[in-house]
Amino acid sequence: MAHVHYLKIEGRSAGFFALLALLGAVIAAGLGATWYMEHNGHWVTGMNNQVMWGIPHVFAVFLIVAASGALNVASIASVFGRQLYKPLARLSGLLSITLLAGGLAVLVLDLGRPERLIVAMTYYNFKSIFAWNIFLYTGFFAIVAVYLWMMFERRFNDYTKHAGMVAFLWRLTLTTGTGSIFGFLVARDAYDSALYAPMFIIMSFAYGLAIFILVLFAATRWTGRPLGDVMVARLKNLLGVFVASVLYFVVAYHLTNLYMTGRHDVERFILLDGGIYTRLFWIGQILIGGVIPLVLLYSKLGRSRAMISLAAVLVVVGGLAQMYVTIVGAQAFPMPLFPDKEVSSSFFDGVVGSYTPSLPEILLGIGGFGIALGITVFAIKVLPFLPQSLADADVDPHHKAA
Amino acid sequence: MSINRRQFLGLSGAAIAATALAPGLRLIELAQARSPEEATTSLHRWGLLIDSSKCADGCTSCVSACADENGIQSHGRPATDAQWIRKVTLKDKQTGHVQTLPLMCQHCEHPPCVDVCPTGASFKRADGIVLVDKHICIGCRYCMMACPYKARSFIHEATTGQKQHAPRGMGTVESCTLCVHKVDRGDGSTACADACKKEGHQAILFGDLKDPDSEINKRLASQQSTQLRADLKLNTGVRYQGI
Repeated sequence: MAHVHYLKIEGRSAGFFALLALLGAVIAAGLGATWYMEHNGHWVTGMNNQVMWGIPHVFAVFLIVAASGALNVASIASVFGRQLYKPLARLSGLLSITLLAGGLAVLVLDLGRPERLIVAMTYYNFKSIFAWNIFLYTGFFAIVAVYLWMMFERRFNDYTKHAGMVAFLWRLTLTTGTGSIFGFLVARDAYDSALYAPMFIIMSFAYGLAIFILVLFAATRWTGRPLGDVMVARLKNLLGVFVASVLYFVVAYHLTNLYMTGRHDVERFILLDGGIYTRLFWIGQILIGGVIPLVLLYSKLGRSRAMISLAAVLVVVGGLAQMYVTIVGAQAFPMPLFPDKEVSSSFFDGVVGSYTPSLPEILLGIGGFGIALGITVFAIKVLPFLPQSLADADVDPHHKAA
Repeated sequence: MSINRRQFLGLSGAAIAATALAPGLRLIELAQARSPEEATTSLHRWGLLIDSSKCADGCTSCVSACADENGIQSHGRPATDAQWIRKVTLKDKQTGHVQTLPLMCQHCEHPPCVDVCPTGASFKRADGIVLVDKHICIGCRYCMMACPYKARSFIHEATTGQKQHAPRGMGTVESCTLCVHKVDRGDGSTACADACKKEGHQAILFGDLKDPDSEINKRLASQQSTQLRADLKLNTGVRYQGI
């Protein structure tokens, strides 16, 4: 295979600056929303003492999960030696860093006391999964930065495989940590399951690749760089496998719960009569995020890049729905404090927690996407992350012109 | 003795540093209070015994006494207002039997809130009281996700009328302190227990679970009692009777 040529994007067109301005506006709106929330206190959000993690956490956890998944393309090249993916490895590493930055920004800006971030960096309780995650996230930035350096610096190219292996193992650990935030919570019926760690890993594969495909399509199209059908077909099929795997884990998780009599109530809530959460599960998570993308990717429709893009968008939308069900739905379901009793109190015991997302929260969450994409757009202008060509003849050693 | 210029500069520097630092060190020494280790000891374990059968339906004296004692004010927004203690009504699904009880932080021996707190702001004192250090709480609410008793509140808006012994701050999490200021003062009771006694119900008994001569210990030893969510094996400091 020919040597890959990477080139910065020109980044002088009106379209480029319009895109930067748009992302800048999204980020500004998110920061404005943060100021409003922090100035008034969280009572201006929809979050309350029953549902204390809301839309900001939905977006933040989604982005953090997607971040580790976005690194997969690079891992496939470096760790599993697939040459075809090698030209995409730099963009993969970049996206993993920027998505993590976006997700963490949302998470931190939603804290009750975000100005005390330094406290979180200096006081540690090592039994807390959050504390582990602080190390896992900062370590991820450092390791992927080194990994990218090995890719960029020709002298160090030989070490790419090693750096890639470390990054791959680290990202698996990181997503294990993210899933375990929920999996290790014994108090709530919907959590307390070791399945959360592997389920989050497979979710990261799907979310991360969906975002990667969208960014790759946009970047090559808007810069007029060729992107061959061989590459597109590989990415498309890979996304399909990941989406199907997510569905498998979701089925396994719910089947386990359905077998346990003690968890029938929470399963009934999510699957049957939980109102918005049931709708988001079946329509958002399963249909929009799983079934429709699979049909789009594996039917004849999958030959169209527009349909592949649509499938990727739906995976993102379905992923956000899945996060909403996972994070908000689990809190809305009443705590199982007194089995066999109907419980009531002035503190909303025994009733489904109410939560209506407010505009500032939503703006903060979307601001996370703005940060991730804004840094990405800026980075591909100042450093050569994107290959000059991903045409079939340039990426596929076995390609024969038809 | 002769010294060269390098040694002279070194000695001068050391002398200046010593002059600058010494008063500071001295001040720290003078200002030193009793260490936390001296203040609390694991020889005690403070707790409550709550008898649901004595808890009167409709009576909320313990709740208002707690609010008065600790300066907790309602903003008229029940979903975001803090509640350190609440009255819970239970109705048996099979028999229809109705009872009420006060519910607050259970002051677990193995508190999940302390496990998950990233900064260590949630902590358990040697005498078993679970508290939040408002100075290092970052307001992440992970403890609220982890608490099986829904015992914690996030401060959603600016607070007024704070009590000196119960500092509260917007953006941090708080919960029942077991009236730690009264415990440290040697009152031997909590505001909720006092109020319940004053009403003549005596449903809440405060005491030292480790003192064999304490009333709470004697009653626990001689009568049936239970822990909420005993399946989690958290060994709560608050025990219940009559449920």
